[in-house]
Amino acid sequence: MASIELKRLCKSYGAADVIKGIDLSIAHGEFCVFVGPSGCGKSTLLRMISGLESISSGDIEIGGEVVNTIPAADRGLAMVFQSYALYPHMTVRQNLSFGLENIQTPRAEIDSKINEVATMLQIDQLLDRRPKDLSGGQRQRVAIGRAVVREPRVFLFDEPLSNLDAELRVDMRGEISALHKRLENTMIYVTHDQVEAMTMADKIAVLRLGELEQFGRPLDLFNHPRNLFVAGFIGSPKMNFMTGAVHPADRSLLTLDTGEEVSLPVDGFTHREGQKVTLGVRPNDLLPSEMGSIHTDVRSVEQLGSDSYLYGQLADGTRLTVHNPGQTRVVAGERVALSFAPDAVHLFDTETGLTLRETP
Amino acid sequence: MANLWSMLTATRNKGRWDWTDWVSYSYLFLGVFLMFFPVIWLVLSSFKTEADLQRYPPTFLPYQQETVMVEGFDEPLPLFRMTAGDYEGQTLAQLRRVGLQAQMIDPANPAERLRVSIDDREPVQGVALALENYTGLFERFNFLRFFWNSTFITVTATLIMLLVNAMAAFALSKYEFRGRTTVLLLVIGTLMIPQTVVLVPLFLIVSELGMLNSLWGVIIPGAATPTGVFLLRQYMITIPDEILDAARMDKASEWKIFWRIILPLSAPAIAVLAILAIMWRWNDFLWPLIVLTQSENFTLQLALNSFQGELQTDWSSLLAMTVLTLLPIAAVFMFLQKYIATGIASTGGK
Repeated sequence: MASIELKRLCKSYGAADVIKGIDLSIAHGEFCVFVGPSGCGKSTLLRMISGLESISSGDIEIGGEVVNTIPAADRGLAMVFQSYALYPHMTVRQNLSFGLENIQTPRAEIDSKINEVATMLQIDQLLDRRPKDLSGGQRQRVAIGRAVVREPRVFLFDEPLSNLDAELRVDMRGEISALHKRLENTMIYVTHDQVEAMTMADKIAVLRLGELEQFGRPLDLFNHPRNLFVAGFIGSPKMNFMTGAVHPADRSLLTLDTGEEVSLPVDGFTHREGQKVTLGVRPNDLLPSEMGSIHTDVRSVEQLGSDSYLYGQLADGTRLTVHNPGQTRVVAGERVALSFAPDAVHLFDTETGLTLRETP
Repeated sequence: MANLWSMLTATRNKGRWDWTDWVSYSYLFLGVFLMFFPVIWLVLSSFKTEADLQRYPPTFLPYQQETVMVEGFDEPLPLFRMTAGDYEGQTLAQLRRVGLQAQMIDPANPAERLRVSIDDREPVQGVALALENYTGLFERFNFLRFFWNSTFITVTATLIMLLVNAMAAFALSKYEFRGRTTVLLLVIGTLMIPQTVVLVPLFLIVSELGMLNSLWGVIIPGAATPTGVFLLRQYMITIPDEILDAARMDKASEWKIFWRIILPLSAPAIAVLAILAIMWRWNDFLWPLIVLTQSENFTLQLALNSFQGELQTDWSSLLAMTVLTLLPIAAVFMFLQKYIATGIASTGGK
C-alpha cells in the first residue's frame, strides 16, 4: 500500500516560507494533481515528497511510514522531470537500465523488463538511440519508461508535458491516464495547467503561495470552489467576477458596483443583508437575453465555429467573458444584456474571499 | 580533399582575385612562415653534423663532405675538388693535412701521393642527414631513461590531476555547503601567487616528505591546480541538476553519479584540461630541476639542459633531442586539438 500523508509540512529557505503547513492525504492508487500558478510551491512540495528537498518541519508518511529522513533513493518512488533529465551520454536502453543496475538486478531480468516497458510505451524501436536523436514526445516516453521500469510504489511527475507542443500534450495526457489505469499505482502530478488537472486527476490539490487552497475531486472544485482563488483558477475560460453589495433589506437582491440590480438565490447561501459580496458566474452560464439585468459593451468577439466568445466590459470596468455554444450574430461595439440561471451562481465574501455557500 | 583544396584557395569573389585576397593570403603566409620556419630550421639543423652547425654562413639544408673508400685505407677519406694548381679540375681524397699543405691521393690511382696547398681546393659536399645525432642519443646517452621519466611523470601527474580536480570541481559546482564560495575564492586566489614565490616552502615540504630525487616529488605537488578546478567547475555548472536528481532517484550513489554521469558529461572540458596538463608536465623545467638532481631521474627537459655546458655545448645532440622531445607533444595536440575548440568554447558557461 502506498498512501501518502502530509502532516503540517513546512519548508523555508532562510526567512522565506515556501511551504506553509500543508496537510494532505492521498489514498493508495489515486491520481493526485498539484496545481497552482508558478511560484506556488507545488514543485517544491513534490521534491519534498521525493526526498530531493529537505523538509523544515512536519511529517511525510508513505505507506504509513514516516520517511522524513529516508534518502530519496530508498523511498521507493520514481520521478519524471520537466526537462526529462535523461542521461545524454547513454542510449535509451542504458537510460532505462541504469536504475536497475544500481540495485544489482540480474542482466536477464533487466533485459526482459526493458523490453516489456519499451513495448508498452512504443519505444522499442528507439532502444539504441541517444536522447539527442529523439523527438520531444519520444524523450518524454523514455523518461516515463525509466520511471516505470523500476516498479516504484509511487510515481511523481513534475510538469512532464510542459515542453511538448499542444497536440502532443493532449496525446500524452491520455497515455499517462491510461498508464495509471494499467499500473494502478499512486501518482502525483504537478502542473500549472488546470485543464491537465481537470482531465487527469482523481483528486486535485490547488496551491497558492505555499498554502493548500482546496483539495478534492475535479468536479467538486469546479462546482463548489472554496474561495475566489480556486474559483478563478479552475475552469477555462476563467469565471467572471462582479463585485457588489447585498440589498440592505432584501437578501435576494444584489446591487452591483455598476448600479445594476440582480436577483440572488436565498437558499444555500449564508450572505447577510448589506454584506459586500463578489458574484461569480462561469462564462457558459452567462446568456445573452433581452430580459437580462447585466448590460455589457462587447469589445471583441471570437468565432471558433462551434463556439463563440464575447469579451465585454461593464460600466465599472469589470471584464466579462461570455461563452456561447454555436455561432453568434453579436458584433464588437454592441451593447448586450446578459442573464444567468440562479443555480449557476457562486457567491463569495469580498473581504475574506471565502465562499458564502452553505456547507451541506 | 576537394573540400580542403577549395578552402585553401577560397577567394572573396569566386574565381577572381580581389586586393583583399592578396592582403589576407600574404598575412596568412607570413604567419605560417613565422610559426613554422623556426621549427623547420630546428628539424633540419638536427640532421647537421657538429662541423656543419659551426659553419658560417649557415646553410639551410644539412650538408656533409662526401667521402670515398680507397683501397689500402681502413677509414673513408674526404673528397676535395681542386680549384687551382697542377691538379685543377680533379677530385682528390685527403690523406692528412699538415699546416697549409695537404697530402692527397687520386682515388683512381692510390699509390701516388700528391702534395697540394689547401687554398687550391674546396670540399665536395652533398645533402646528407647526420643520423648519428639521433643514434648517438641512444648509444652515448640514456635517452630512453629520460624519455621514460618524462612519460611517467606526465601520464601519472595528468591522471592524478584530472581525478583530483574533477572531484573538487564536482563538489564546488553541485553541492551546497557552508563556505563553498570561500573555498572557491581561495582556489582562484592561489592563481594570483606565482610558482616562484612558493618554490622554497614547497621544496622544504617535499624535502621533509623524503621525495627529493624521486619522480613522485615532481608529480604530487602539481596534482591540484586552481586553473583545472576552475575550468572544470565552470563546465560542470552547466550540467543540469535534474540529471543528478534523476540519478539519485535511480539509486545511484554520489560516487557513482560522479563516475557515470558527471565525468562522461564533462568529457570536453576534461579533454582540454588533459591537453593543458600534458603540456605543462612535459615542458615543466624549473620544478624538476629543483627536485631531481641525479641524472638517472632526469626528465627530457633536464637532459636537454645538461647538454648545455659552461664551456661547450653539444649542439648536434641537443637539437636532435629537442626534436624527439617535441614529437610526443605535437602528436597529443594533433589527436586532441578538436576538443580544444569545442571544450574551451563551452567552458565559459552558458
